[in-house]
Amino acid sequence: MSLPHAARVRNSQAIRLDHIPIHPVEEFREFVIRSLEDGARLSALYGIPGSDDTVRLLAVLTNGLNGEISLTRTDVHESYPAITQNAPQAHWFEREITEQCAVKPQGHPWLKPIRFQRKNPSHPDGWQQNESPSIFPGVTNFFRVEGDEVHEVAVGPVHAGIIEPGHFRFQCHGENVFHLEISLGYQHRGVERALIGGPNKKTLSFMETLAGDTTVGHSLAYCQLFEGLASLTAPPRAQSLRGIALELERLANHVGDLGALAGDIGFLPTLSYCGRIRGDILNMTAVLCGSRLGRRLVRPGGVWFDLEPSTVTHLISWLDEVMLDLRNAVRLLWNTPSVMARFEETGTVSKQDCRKLGLVGVAARACGVEQDVRFEFPTGIYRFAQIPVSTWHSGDVFARAHVRWMEIQRSAEFMRDQLENLPKGEIMTPIRTFSPNTLVVSLIEGWRGEICHIAMTDENGTFAHYKIVDPSFHNWMGLALAMRNQQISDFPLCNKSFNLSYCGHDL
Amino acid sequence: MLKVLFSRFKQGYRTNKFPNEIPALPDRLRGLPRVDSSLCPPGCRECADQCPTDAIHFHNEKVNIDLGRCLFCPECMQACPQTAICFTQDYRLAVRKRDDLVVDDQAFKLAKRLEKESQRIFGRSLKLRQVSAGGCNGCEVDVNVLNTLVWDLGRFGIQFVASPRHADGILITGPVTQNMELALIKTYEAVPSPKIVIAVGACAISGGPYIDLPDVCNGAASTVPVDLFIPGCPPHPLTILDGLLRFIGRIKE
Repeated sequence: MSLPHAARVRNSQAIRLDHIPIHPVEEFREFVIRSLEDGARLSALYGIPGSDDTVRLLAVLTNGLNGEISLTRTDVHESYPAITQNAPQAHWFEREITEQCAVKPQGHPWLKPIRFQRKNPSHPDGWQQNESPSIFPGVTNFFRVEGDEVHEVAVGPVHAGIIEPGHFRFQCHGENVFHLEISLGYQHRGVERALIGGPNKKTLSFMETLAGDTTVGHSLAYCQLFEGLASLTAPPRAQSLRGIALELERLANHVGDLGALAGDIGFLPTLSYCGRIRGDILNMTAVLCGSRLGRRLVRPGGVWFDLEPSTVTHLISWLDEVMLDLRNAVRLLWNTPSVMARFEETGTVSKQDCRKLGLVGVAARACGVEQDVRFEFPTGIYRFAQIPVSTWHSGDVFARAHVRWMEIQRSAEFMRDQLENLPKGEIMTPIRTFSPNTLVVSLIEGWRGEICHIAMTDENGTFAHYKIVDPSFHNWMGLALAMRNQQISDFPLCNKSFNLSYCGHDL
Repeated sequence: MLKVLFSRFKQGYRTNKFPNEIPALPDRLRGLPRVDSSLCPPGCRECADQCPTDAIHFHNEKVNIDLGRCLFCPECMQACPQTAICFTQDYRLAVRKRDDLVVDDQAFKLAKRLEKESQRIFGRSLKLRQVSAGGCNGCEVDVNVLNTLVWDLGRFGIQFVASPRHADGILITGPVTQNMELALIKTYEAVPSPKIVIAVGACAISGGPYIDLPDVCNGAASTVPVDLFIPGCPPHPLTILDGLLRFIGRIKE
C-alpha cells in the first residue's frame, strides 16, 4: 500500500497552508507511523484549536537522508486513536496535545500533564482541570513500584545547586533505581500563546529568553523562520557571523558541561579550569555583541553588529589560546583512570531506544546515531562550510562527554576558518512583511540538539500560531531511561551528561 | 598525579583582583545608560515606542528609563535620531529601593550597605539559597560564574548553600511563574530570620520580557519583600558581585 500524500519542504522554506493536505485521522496516523518506521523523525506533532470544537493536528516529519521535511494534517474532535503505542516518539507530544487542546489520544499508555499550565477559560485541558480553582504542578498519578523493600525518593522543584526547578521521583530498591519519573512545568511562562499576533517589538526578546543558555540557537531559529516567511536572505557576512555565534555558544556550553561532569565525580582540576575557560568563551561572545549570552546578536535580516579587522585578529589569537588551555584541561579527564571508571558504562542508552524515543543532539550522537541539523538540513553558512558529524557508539556518560569534546574541536576549527575568511559586505538586509496563510518550519542544531520553530501566518500576515520544540522536549525521557538500573548516587552525573533545559521545555 | 600537578602549573593563577582592580570589560558592554533629554527633538517618542518592555517613559519631556524593566538591548539607542540615550560601560547598577532604578538626567543612586545590625550579622558571612522561579537560565548562568575560580566568591564570605535552612537569605531569578509561587513562598519561609532577599535580573525585578503575561507574577516583590535589586538581562557577573559587595559593606564609595 502506498503512503498517503504529504507536502514536502526544505528547512525554512515557506509553503502555503492550502498546499498541506488534510487527511482523515486513520490515514494521518498511518502516514506518521510508516514514515517513522522508515527512518524519519518526529520533529513536531501538535494541535491547533479551531473556532468550533475541531482541533487540527499537524505532524512534522524530518528525513535526514534526503533533507526533506514532510507535513501532514488531520482534523479531530474530543479523541482520536493515539500514535504513541506504535511510535513512542509521539509520547510527549500527545500528552501536550491533551493539555493544550483537550483532545484525548485513545490508548495512550501514560496520559498526564507535562506542564500543568493554568487554564485559559476558552481552552480547557483534557482532564477538565479548569473546573478546579487551581492546579498544583507535580500533583499527578506518578508511576509507583509497590513492595516492602521498595522506597520512593522525591527531589525538587527547588534543588541544591544554582539550577532550574523540576520534580524527580525515583522508585528505588536500595541504591538501585528501578524507574525515574520527571515532572516539569514550573518554568511555564506561556510564551507560545504570547507570540500569537506578532511579530512585534517583544518577539525577539521572547526568543532570546526561551532558554537563556541557547539565546543564539533560538533567536537564529526565529530569524531563519522570519526570513522564510518574508522571502529574504541574510547577506553572506551576516550568515558567517551567525555561524560563529552559534558555534561559540556550543563551545561555551560544552566546555561548561565537561567541567561540571568532572565536578560531579569530584575531579576538581578539570572543573576549575573549564569553569574559567567557559567564562573566556562567553567573553568572546560579548566582544561580538556586548552580551555574554549573545543577546541582540542575531536579528531578522542579518546581525546587529559587525566585526572590525582588528577584533577579528584578536579573536583568532584568543581562540587559539583558549583551545590550548582547554586541551590541557580535558586530556586530564581521559588520562585519569578514576574519572574513566565513573564515566564508562554509566547511564547507558541503547541505539535502538534512542531511535524509538527520537532523542536529538549530543544524546543521540552518543548512541551512534548520525544526526545533526547542520549536516542533514543545512541552512545559512552550513551549506558552504560543513562540520563533520561527531558520534560515539557506547551511549554512556563517557560517550556524551566524548562527543562534546569532538564537537568542541570541530567547532573551533570552523570558527577559525570563518574568522579568517569572513565574506565582505553588508550585515543586514531590509526586512519585509510576511506572506499571508503560510507556514515555515525552521530547524537549527543548537548545542543541545535540534531546535524546531514552526509558524503559521493568518490572512493579515501575522502569527496565527507559533510552535517551539526545544531539544530538551525530545530528550527528558532519554534521561529517565538512562537512570534505569543505575545507582541513585549516579543521578547528578547522568543528569549533567544530558544537561537538559527546563525553561526551554516549559516555555 | 604528576599530570595533574603539571597541568596546575600550566593553567596558572587566574582569580581576578576585584574590588581592588576592575577586570577588563568588553567594549560593547551595555551598562548604565546615560540620558540627555536636552537633545530630544520636541515630541519625539521613538525610544519609548521601540522598547520591548516599555521601560522608557517621558516625565515633563524628560526621558526616564526604568532599569527594573530594561533588557539592556540597543533598540532605544538605535531608534534615537540624536544621541540622547547611550549605554556606558559602568557596570555598577545595584540599588536598595525599587524606585531608585529609574534613570533620568540625575545621578544614579547606588545600593547602600546594610543597616548596622544586619551588617554585623551578614557582613562577613552571607549564605544564600538560590531560587530559579521561571528564569531563562541566563541569570542563573551568570550567578553560577561567580563560583568559578575567576571570581572566587568564597573569598568574600559569600556562599550558595544547598538548603534554605542553612541560608541567611534567598537570591531569586525569574519572573515568578504561577507554578513556582508556592515553592518560592515555602523556600522563603524555611529561611530562619533575620533574612534578606535579592532579586537578580529584569524578570525577578519586574517580570522582564514576561511582564503582565497571565502565567507569571511580575517579579519577586509580588511574593516576598526584596532588599536588593540587581538589574540586567542578565546582569554581568561583575554587576552582581559589585551589588553583593556594596550590600554587605565591602565596597564603600
